[in-house]
Amino acid sequence: MNLLQNPSLRAVLAFSIMAGLLVTVGVYQSWSLALTILNLCIISSIMALGVNIQWGYAGLFNVGTMGFAALGGVAAVLISKAPVAEAWAVGGVNLLLAGVMVLVTIGAMVVVRRVMAKGTMQFLAMFATGLAGYFLIRTFYDPAVTSIEAVDSARFGYLGGLGLPIIISWPIGGLFAAGAAWIVGKVALGLRSDYLAIATLGISEIIVAVLKNEDWLTRGVKNVSSLPRPVPFEINLQVSPQFIGWVEWFHASTLAGIADGERVAALKQMTIEASTIFVKISYAGLFSIVLIFILMLSVLALNSPWGRMMRAIRDNETAASAMGKNITRSHLQIFILGSAVVGIAGAMLTTLDGQFTPGSYNPLRFTFLIWVMVIIGGSGNNLGSVIGGFLIWFMWIEAEPVGNYLMEFVTSGMDENSALRNHLLDSAQHMRLFVMGLILLIVLRFSPGGILPQRVKRSES
Amino acid sequence: MTDFLNAIVLFSNFVLVPGLAYGSQLALGALGVTLVFGILRFANFAHGDTMAFGTMITILITWWFQSMGINFGVLPTALLALPFGVVLTALFVVGTDRVVYRYYRERKTEPIIIVMVSVGVMFVMNGLVRFIIGPNDQRFADGQRFLIKAREFKEMTGLDEGLAIRSSQALTVVVAVVLVAALFWYLQKTKTGKAMRAFSDNEDLALLSGIDPDKIVRVTWIIAAALATIAGVLYGLDKSFKPFTYFQLLLPMFAAAIVGGIGQPVGAIVGGFVVAFSEVTITYAYKKFLIYLLPNEWAPSGLMQLLSTDYKFAVSFIILVVVLLVRPTGILKGRLF
Repeated sequence: MNLLQNPSLRAVLAFSIMAGLLVTVGVYQSWSLALTILNLCIISSIMALGVNIQWGYAGLFNVGTMGFAALGGVAAVLISKAPVAEAWAVGGVNLLLAGVMVLVTIGAMVVVRRVMAKGTMQFLAMFATGLAGYFLIRTFYDPAVTSIEAVDSARFGYLGGLGLPIIISWPIGGLFAAGAAWIVGKVALGLRSDYLAIATLGISEIIVAVLKNEDWLTRGVKNVSSLPRPVPFEINLQVSPQFIGWVEWFHASTLAGIADGERVAALKQMTIEASTIFVKISYAGLFSIVLIFILMLSVLALNSPWGRMMRAIRDNETAASAMGKNITRSHLQIFILGSAVVGIAGAMLTTLDGQFTPGSYNPLRFTFLIWVMVIIGGSGNNLGSVIGGFLIWFMWIEAEPVGNYLMEFVTSGMDENSALRNHLLDSAQHMRLFVMGLILLIVLRFSPGGILPQRVKRSES
Repeated sequence: MTDFLNAIVLFSNFVLVPGLAYGSQLALGALGVTLVFGILRFANFAHGDTMAFGTMITILITWWFQSMGINFGVLPTALLALPFGVVLTALFVVGTDRVVYRYYRERKTEPIIIVMVSVGVMFVMNGLVRFIIGPNDQRFADGQRFLIKAREFKEMTGLDEGLAIRSSQALTVVVAVVLVAALFWYLQKTKTGKAMRAFSDNEDLALLSGIDPDKIVRVTWIIAAALATIAGVLYGLDKSFKPFTYFQLLLPMFAAAIVGGIGQPVGAIVGGFVVAFSEVTITYAYKKFLIYLLPNEWAPSGLMQLLSTDYKFAVSFIILVVVLLVRPTGILKGRLF
């Protein structure tokens, strides 16, 4: 079949199959579930796009997606929640002073570095300055934290946010992630390639640890719930006469067939269903806009002179460097860009969840699963990452019922109370990791291009 | 004077002894990382999960022994099960090399792709461990719990502070010393060990000298698996076994290997202790220690803790960052290829 070799046809086919799968879920399970999966699919694809920018364009291995996504989540909290005035009143001044001390310390370290001659003494002096600064910061920071966390800790116990519309947090989340990426990139880029992987693994663990423990910032494991939404709430829709009117119009023929006495109850049921679906469709619309926007930018960037330079660097660093391209700087740029995209997706995810739960960030779900998406979709191909994000997320969700069903089937011959049977049924969920790992290994080995392999454009010669 | 002794004992009890034990465990883990780094030339992300896998097998065998009434007297039964765990893990790891890594090695694939492959292997092993033993905490230590109990120490010395040494801690240090000695003897004196070092220094030259690469690679994996299993079991005896904790050990182990200098076995040991002691000293609350040492009026009011224990991973990371910035080759000049 030569038709399958045609890249455009492959893409169309892959997306049609994906759409078919979602429709199947809608018809056989429920439309609400299908839309939930779709929304998370879109977010996953955006994360995969971010990783693909780093891996596919420049060959940078970022194992810290989790941390960058979590930073996006923080942005959602800090932008959208109303400020807690009382907490600012009791701890604001000390916290700001602590912030000033951070700047002073950094400044002092820079001065020491400039003034002293290079060598061990310089390093020790910088170390001492840093240590002294650390104690100075702590003298302001500790009382600030204690007083802020004491403010009505059951409800607040943190500073709150800015009280702005949550949608603003999406670009801000990207900025946060970009900032973290700048620090990591400055340190680890330019050394051997696996150092970046190790450094990103580290920073993501630390970011999540900070979010779990700094209660004054994000309430830590107490979670921040009921974040504002960019779309209406179901409950408000259900009482809005206009929305009920729409539902009535949409279901007019069905309603006409129902006896008069039951019509009101039926309409109420329909309104409830319609409201959840409406909310999910609104989210899907917003997310799709972001996805298409980022996808377009990525494709344009990849085909621009800048994109050509990136590919040249990826394919042959030595040659590109000989042509006068600054490799470390280009890598830093692309690392920051990719991380920012992941941060945006992280903020979107928290927006969709409506709550920020630092405990839910785990590297297998937020880092390695994204990697599987990129590799399977086709590294270096933006559309490939999108289809990879859709497909893998779909499998990740649907693997659970399928896995449970399979386990039921396998163990059906066993005794009802057998310990092995119960163990197998309990552990079925962990098979997902195993299957994902296996898929990754198989694709890397037998089809390294993925579903939609990267198209290499060559000029006619 | 008593105050001073009390302070020393307190410090030993909460920093020195735990640090030594943790450092030994990290050193064993980092040795495996650095060997794979040096000889196979990639950062093995599956190393933490190899530890978890080996420990799991050892735990299962330990339970089996326990159920049959076999025990090792004052020593933990896990020590009896350990050789079986090592053999099975080594078999699994060598098998993994056969079906997974060898393909890429033969094609001389870029290291970063192999790193990614090792991430896939990590996934698979993690899934297996969670599937077989579950994601929860498992305790499998038995035998005598303490070498010296805090109360006995107090009675013996008449000091206010007690020094408790758990048998698992003593065991860790003893096993680590024996193992490291054996490994160094192997690397320095035996033919295969010398071949491994030659291979690590210059692959092409080693191949020209007629060294069998397959054998080197096999031996490397076996040693790495053995070190990982032993480090994992010792860590599990000392604390407890939880698959996710083992995955998180990856960062301190990488930090230790890089701090010491990639591909340098001595460096891995030094790095292991540097990371472990930094972690313990930085997260220890010095309040009581300072109360003993300082005059009464200077007694600190806070906990005097530099960093909360929740941030112990930050310590390895900061060490890593400082080393990468100041001396990317590590303390003992490792390779930087």
